[in-house]
Amino acid sequence: MKTLQSVAVVALLVSAVSRMATIQGAERPQLPAPASSQARRAEGLEAWGRVYSVLTHPRCINCHTATNYPQQGDDRHRHQFNVVRGREDRGVAAFTCATCHQGSNADSTGVPGAHNWQLAPLSMRWQDQNDRILPSSEVCKAVTDQSRNHHLDGPGLLKHHEDEALVRWAFQPGRRSDGTERSLPPLTHEQFVAATRTWVEAGSPCPPR
Amino acid sequence: METYTLTVNGEQKRVTVDPGSPLLWVLREDLKLTGTKYGCGIAACGACTVHVGGVATRACVLPVSLVGDRPIVTIEAVANDAVGRVVQDAWVSEDVVQCGYCQSGQIMTAVALLKSTRRPTDADIEQSMGGNLCRCGTYVRIRAAIKTASRHLAGGVR
Amino acid sequence: MTSAAQVPAGSLLGRRGFIKTSALAAGGLMVSLYLDPPAAAQDGAVPPPRIYPPDAFVQIRADGKIVITVNRLEVGQGAETALPMILADELDADWSQVIAELAPAGELYKDPVIGVQMIGGSCSISNSFQQYRELGARTRSMLIAAAADRWSVPADQCRAEQSVVYGPGNRSARYAELAEGAVRRPVPAVVQLKSAAQFRLIGKPVRRLDSRAKCDGSQTFGLDLDLPGMLIALLARPPVFGGRVRTFDDRDARTVAGVRDVFEVPLVSGSAIAVVADRFWAAKQARDRLKIDWDVSGVEHPDSVQLFARYKELARTTGNVAVSFGDPQAIDRIPASNRIQTDYAFPYLAHAAMEPLNLTVRNDGDRAEAWVPSQIPTWEQAALAEVLGIGPERVTYHVLFAGGSFGRRGTVDSHFVREAAAIAKRVPGRPVKLIYTREDDMTSGYFRPMFVHRVEVGIGPSGTPLAWKHVIVGQSFVLGTGVIQEALLVKNGVDQLATEGIDDSPYALPNIHLSVHHPKVNVPTLSHRSVGYGHNSFVRETLIDELAARAKADPIAYRLRLLKPEAKRFRSSLTLLDQKSAWRHRLPRNHASGIACSAYHDTCVSCAVEVSIVDRRPRIHRATVAVDCGLAVNPLSIEHQMQGGLVFGLTQLMTNGAMTLKDGRVQQRNFDGYTPPYMKDAPEAVDVHIVPSDEPPTGCGEAPVPVIAPAVANALFRLTGTRYRTLPLPPIERGTRS
Repeated sequence: MKTLQSVAVVALLVSAVSRMATIQGAERPQLPAPASSQARRAEGLEAWGRVYSVLTHPRCINCHTATNYPQQGDDRHRHQFNVVRGREDRGVAAFTCATCHQGSNADSTGVPGAHNWQLAPLSMRWQDQNDRILPSSEVCKAVTDQSRNHHLDGPGLLKHHEDEALVRWAFQPGRRSDGTERSLPPLTHEQFVAATRTWVEAGSPCPPR
Repeated sequence: METYTLTVNGEQKRVTVDPGSPLLWVLREDLKLTGTKYGCGIAACGACTVHVGGVATRACVLPVSLVGDRPIVTIEAVANDAVGRVVQDAWVSEDVVQCGYCQSGQIMTAVALLKSTRRPTDADIEQSMGGNLCRCGTYVRIRAAIKTASRHLAGGVR
Repeated sequence: MTSAAQVPAGSLLGRRGFIKTSALAAGGLMVSLYLDPPAAAQDGAVPPPRIYPPDAFVQIRADGKIVITVNRLEVGQGAETALPMILADELDADWSQVIAELAPAGELYKDPVIGVQMIGGSCSISNSFQQYRELGARTRSMLIAAAADRWSVPADQCRAEQSVVYGPGNRSARYAELAEGAVRRPVPAVVQLKSAAQFRLIGKPVRRLDSRAKCDGSQTFGLDLDLPGMLIALLARPPVFGGRVRTFDDRDARTVAGVRDVFEVPLVSGSAIAVVADRFWAAKQARDRLKIDWDVSGVEHPDSVQLFARYKELARTTGNVAVSFGDPQAIDRIPASNRIQTDYAFPYLAHAAMEPLNLTVRNDGDRAEAWVPSQIPTWEQAALAEVLGIGPERVTYHVLFAGGSFGRRGTVDSHFVREAAAIAKRVPGRPVKLIYTREDDMTSGYFRPMFVHRVEVGIGPSGTPLAWKHVIVGQSFVLGTGVIQEALLVKNGVDQLATEGIDDSPYALPNIHLSVHHPKVNVPTLSHRSVGYGHNSFVRETLIDELAARAKADPIAYRLRLLKPEAKRFRSSLTLLDQKSAWRHRLPRNHASGIACSAYHDTCVSCAVEVSIVDRRPRIHRATVAVDCGLAVNPLSIEHQMQGGLVFGLTQLMTNGAMTLKDGRVQQRNFDGYTPPYMKDAPEAVDVHIVPSDEPPTGCGEAPVPVIAPAVANALFRLTGTRYRTLPLPPIERGTRS
């Protein structure tokens, strides 16, 4: 009986290991010691807090607007020159994001760029109609709602934070035309990915309203 | 300095320039194509609009190092294209220009609009042309010219 | 032409003003004033009208093309089409063969009334109408005489039409065939001009001659000039006006490939560092790497907030009296409940033409050549020569098309020409193009001055103004300069350029007292399209609107009742506006109309706008304009100017429609800081109506500019209950009114 039980426990552990290995793709990280669900949740919420601090930094949130325009600058003012969202979040005919923004930063002229420069869809707005940043609980809800986030589950979100060009851009945002560097989010990209991982592994908990 | 081979108005052109040089100044000074204008240098006015890979693009902020092999079309070649010709003719028949300095950019933007939207509404026109500045205030005539061009294009010019 | 033509006392200045003169028996308004204007005005002896030689203005080529030389810079106002129209009509030329060229600097191309080659004061048509008619008629006469000679028939049996002379017995000869013979003939002193009924071009809507070139990239503007061996120069200018270079380190700058030289040059006030390079981008990179230690001591560091406060205090005191009509104490006897007392404040405005300042100069030692989009060639050629130390006749001075100006290129001190000359002195033998970047252009000053007004209006029992007490505070760019215009413009310490619009108010005011303070401020200022009317008409038309509202009168009817009898063109344009703006009585909910009118010299424009509020900004759905400018030479061109002038006049309402200074530094550097109207800020539709007239034509380039801002402000009052008196407009909150 005891042998069967230990076999069962081992089997459970093995399957848990292989499930986690699947979640994290090619990487095989160290398994955290199994913790109580409360502690996991607390850890996850703390990690989410760090993720939120990046998402709401101007380099990210300037394109996650609720309006028909992006923002620009550390003061997040409305993007100048009457640029508008357009039906597909990349501007309007003859006046697209690509009219000025290229596939990489144009440091000599001070225009930021990354592959596929465009606004986040309205479903991924992290501000209200008055350009005020939404609270942590609401942003978390938006980010984890698969009907709004292009069907990304936890691993999908992690991959998005790791690989998406526009996300990576925020951590290498280039120079302004006066030669000064744009301000960076509070975490490095690696830290951001690590925080996301911790949060995802904890089950992507969201803080209460 | 680096050497780039640019495709401009259907021709291959070699230029040796600082990689950070905006395409605007390469066109104007190295290729002597002065139809594309300098108005602000910060993409605020649209006077520098050209087509790069078919996309209306503000050349004053595009470093030549980022152009690649995308074909460039400037105002000088707009008449080589059916839509371009109709737009230019509409600009003339509606007597749009005053000083004319912004109009290369206005026309390049309007051509891009009409290539994508054959029958733009007033709102379409205002949004697509909304970032092109004209200090002489020719906006109502620009609206009229785009509508005239649109009617001609709808009438069967291919 | 007119008899006893009274033109407002004005100036030889870049854009504004005319000289008081009297008509001549022959019907011309030709006065050569550049020789000794005050003396001529004093002794009344006026030289005979000048006979301009046709061969300096008209060239008929063998292929039939007719090249007409235009004595004006083309900045968009359409002189390059209207003046050739006038000449070609009297010439009976085939219009399809006409080409326009801009005259270089030259004695013959001076404005025939003002005596300086220039544009400004909307004077191109009014001052050259007669001149170009006579040129056309003289040329025609010479062609006919040449044909008559060839055929041995009397000239009066010949007629001309569409570039062909017809003689008795089916004879005909094209102008191209006759030109060589005609040009050798004596120029007739007297010519017969057409009657209005005979006009074939004048009075018709004619499309611009330069349109195609401006649509296919082939039009050359100043900035486009390309010459063999040409170099580019940029200036690093002091951060405060009048600042000087103390020391500079150019080692890093000189490492940029293509940089030729770096050196200090004097400015009109202070000094700068010039960077000369093969290419614009190289010059810009090098300039960015300069390390300059500026000496900004000993010059005022103006601050807009402090200036406004200082101006407001000054406005509470009487200044130099400009107008005192009736009883200056009348206002005090009107009960307070029947008085309006208020302040207005207007910031500095930049011209911000699409083409930034630029010019190209080649210094050849004892000669020079220049290519300039030039508003005042006479003065600029002289300034260039002075800096180079040669006579002006040794400077070949080409005038190129300009991408707008609005007054910016018409400086009294010719500063940008002097700067280019100073650079060319150091770089002889090859053309050097001085370019102002947009930032340079915008921060270089020469703004429309800031103004503060304090106005007190006393209202009579019938709701009309009985007394008007007005103090204006703002800089004068003429006062104290000693230039010739000062004697003509400044009286009793008052620069008329600051008071036009109030001192010539069309409304009957039994008592008016207007005085002015001209503070000295370390910010260079200049005339700006519509000059004094730009702010004065705003004050006048919003106050008149307030009076009309208090009297519960229709704003057009109120104005018509209040007009002086002699304000004929105000009457005609307001009457026409009333007829054409019936729509203003049938507006949708949340829309309101606003009315305003203004003159610019003798042209009167009135305007009705339909406004609603969208995104806390005025949305202008339509504007109806009625203009009385005498004979409408080219109604299409007038329509252009009305439509375009309205948009220009909206700049001062824009959210970012102000130039400000802090610690001496101009705060707006590009269109992100000073943001002119884009398409969405402009009226969606503008219909223009011209009062039929056969009086001599007066200019239209500036007259529409002052009307739009007060018209919109008046509409906003109906929508919000707020009177906007400080520009630019803040975000608009809806009030209780609907």
